[in-house]
Amino acid sequence: MAKRTIVPFGPQHPVLPEPIHLDLVLEDEMVVDVLPSVGFIHRGLELLCQKKSFQDMVFVAERICGICSFIHGVGYCQGIEKVMNLDIPKRAQFLRVFWGELSRVHSHLLWLGLAADAIGFESLFMHSWRVREKVLAIFEETTGGRVIFGAAKVGGVRIDISQDKLDQLAIALDEIQKEYEPLAKVFLEDYTVQHRWSEVGYLSKEDAHQLGAVGPTARASGLPQDMRKLRYGAYEDLEVEPIVETAGDCYARCVVRVKEIYQSLDLMRRVIHKIPAGEIETKVTGFPQGEYFSRVEQPRGEVVYYVKGNGTKFLDRFRVRTPTFANIPPLLQMLKGCTLADVPAIVLSIDPCISCTER
Amino acid sequence: MFEDQEIVTIERSELISRAQKISKEGYRLVQIGCTKQSDHFQIDYTFDKEYRFYNLRLSIPLDHPTLPSISHLIMPAFLYENEMHDLFGIQVSDMILDYQGKFYNIAKKAPFATISAADTTTEKG
Amino acid sequence: MSIKKSPWIIHYDGSSCNGCDIEVLACLTPLYDIERFGIINVGNPKHADILLITGGVNQQNKTVIKNLYDQMAEPKAVVAIGACACTGHFFAECYNMLGGVDTVIPVDVFVPGCAARPEVIIDGVVKALAVLEKKQQEKVTA
Repeated sequence: MAKRTIVPFGPQHPVLPEPIHLDLVLEDEMVVDVLPSVGFIHRGLELLCQKKSFQDMVFVAERICGICSFIHGVGYCQGIEKVMNLDIPKRAQFLRVFWGELSRVHSHLLWLGLAADAIGFESLFMHSWRVREKVLAIFEETTGGRVIFGAAKVGGVRIDISQDKLDQLAIALDEIQKEYEPLAKVFLEDYTVQHRWSEVGYLSKEDAHQLGAVGPTARASGLPQDMRKLRYGAYEDLEVEPIVETAGDCYARCVVRVKEIYQSLDLMRRVIHKIPAGEIETKVTGFPQGEYFSRVEQPRGEVVYYVKGNGTKFLDRFRVRTPTFANIPPLLQMLKGCTLADVPAIVLSIDPCISCTER
Repeated sequence: MFEDQEIVTIERSELISRAQKISKEGYRLVQIGCTKQSDHFQIDYTFDKEYRFYNLRLSIPLDHPTLPSISHLIMPAFLYENEMHDLFGIQVSDMILDYQGKFYNIAKKAPFATISAADTTTEKG
Repeated sequence: MSIKKSPWIIHYDGSSCNGCDIEVLACLTPLYDIERFGIINVGNPKHADILLITGGVNQQNKTVIKNLYDQMAEPKAVVAIGACACTGHFFAECYNMLGGVDTVIPVDVFVPGCAARPEVIIDGVVKALAVLEKKQQEKVTA
């Protein structure tokens, strides 16, 4: 047996924008065991629910993570709305889907860029982020913010988008798609990308289920799991079919995300086409009493918010289980048996969001 | 549309057998969560199978809270159990990987157990 | 010789929510492209002149931040990016947060915003250049 060495990975690592630390146990070049350690970003924001009113907690929820910020806000609001039995106007629900899907496009483009950078394909990184800036421009036009924009609130949304604007946005979406197409082609067809990721970081369908994988990580291993199928909010009127790949390697996870961008662009077009006129919020009176587990689909997968109100303006408990937390056990499984050089690519392939994970 | 959520209250002694049964039925562990109530800790084990939400709930006392680990049945549970130990001070026995309180490395021991919602709400609300 | 013409930066994510991080990265990409000013993002603190920190300081990362700072060669400047890095933002109330970056290392430039916009980040880096220049002159005369 070869001698075992322990190699530390992170927390400050060129390939990761965020700190996570892994102790990799190596036999020669092969990873035989992994011990993750987290806590570099642990802030303890769940406890803020005892200091901020349930309406202010939306801002805290949006700052769990800056990438999927809007969907965090929506997931939290949805939990409170169910507890308080609020009826949310259809227009608000459609707007939530619009910004939510736009967030997904922005998040996936961000990931594609980072992943390209991790395999040394710098120009692809730059092009992905160039297209992403156009997505951010839409956020800025419609809400005023680029990444954290506070459009969600308990009872609806804060900002409306006029019909003229929506028509303009439809054109902007077409432009984004036109610029994205050649990019997607590189990810799907380029030899370098395929060669680097194929058969790297394999996760079987059984393991994905057993270890509780969620989001693109699960879908790339052949599990058709997408919380949008729960038909929350406006997804009631917008049918979504999960995008599934079966190979279970890093490349399959990339393909899932590449295809989901098309799906999201398509969903936004349907939103623009179908959005009804009307109010954008309902009046919120009283305080939440009761509990609910709100589940929504984020770019990285299923996220669970548990809210428990006690009839005062402060919540008893606010808990978040974020997708990356659920994807850590599958990641450990993927890393076993890979070579040291593949570790950054595999870690990135689950699209880790550490500030989500540690809250 | 809001999904239906099935919440079943069980006894602490039933936990292992119930977890075994449910994981054999093909459910996936969604999360394990803990909530401090005025006189007990409420522990939630959330499972999902094809979008069916199923939650096992049990309560344990505030003084010297202990729980058996289900991580040898359902591997991902060890993360949640370590988290519970660090945030709530609940002793979970026989975890497959025990961080010994170093999971989050927080400055304060069991912060969620010491501050109760009732205290702060009477203060400010 | 002037560092001002081509300062190298290193980015560390304290306990940020990612919002500011991705804006720092956005500065590097085609729309803002700070590389046209000779600014290069590096992964090694020993190569870097300016340390960009996003997010506040918590119990676990305070030694990491201190280490990174100590490993950088003189002269060096620190830019705290975003409300969390400046003061801790509302996370300052959390049990695990120590506050802004200045609780651990000296900060030269504070960049406001939640999330800080790329324009402001670039402005902050440019301000840090003046600080670097001053520090270098002090070093020469000393």
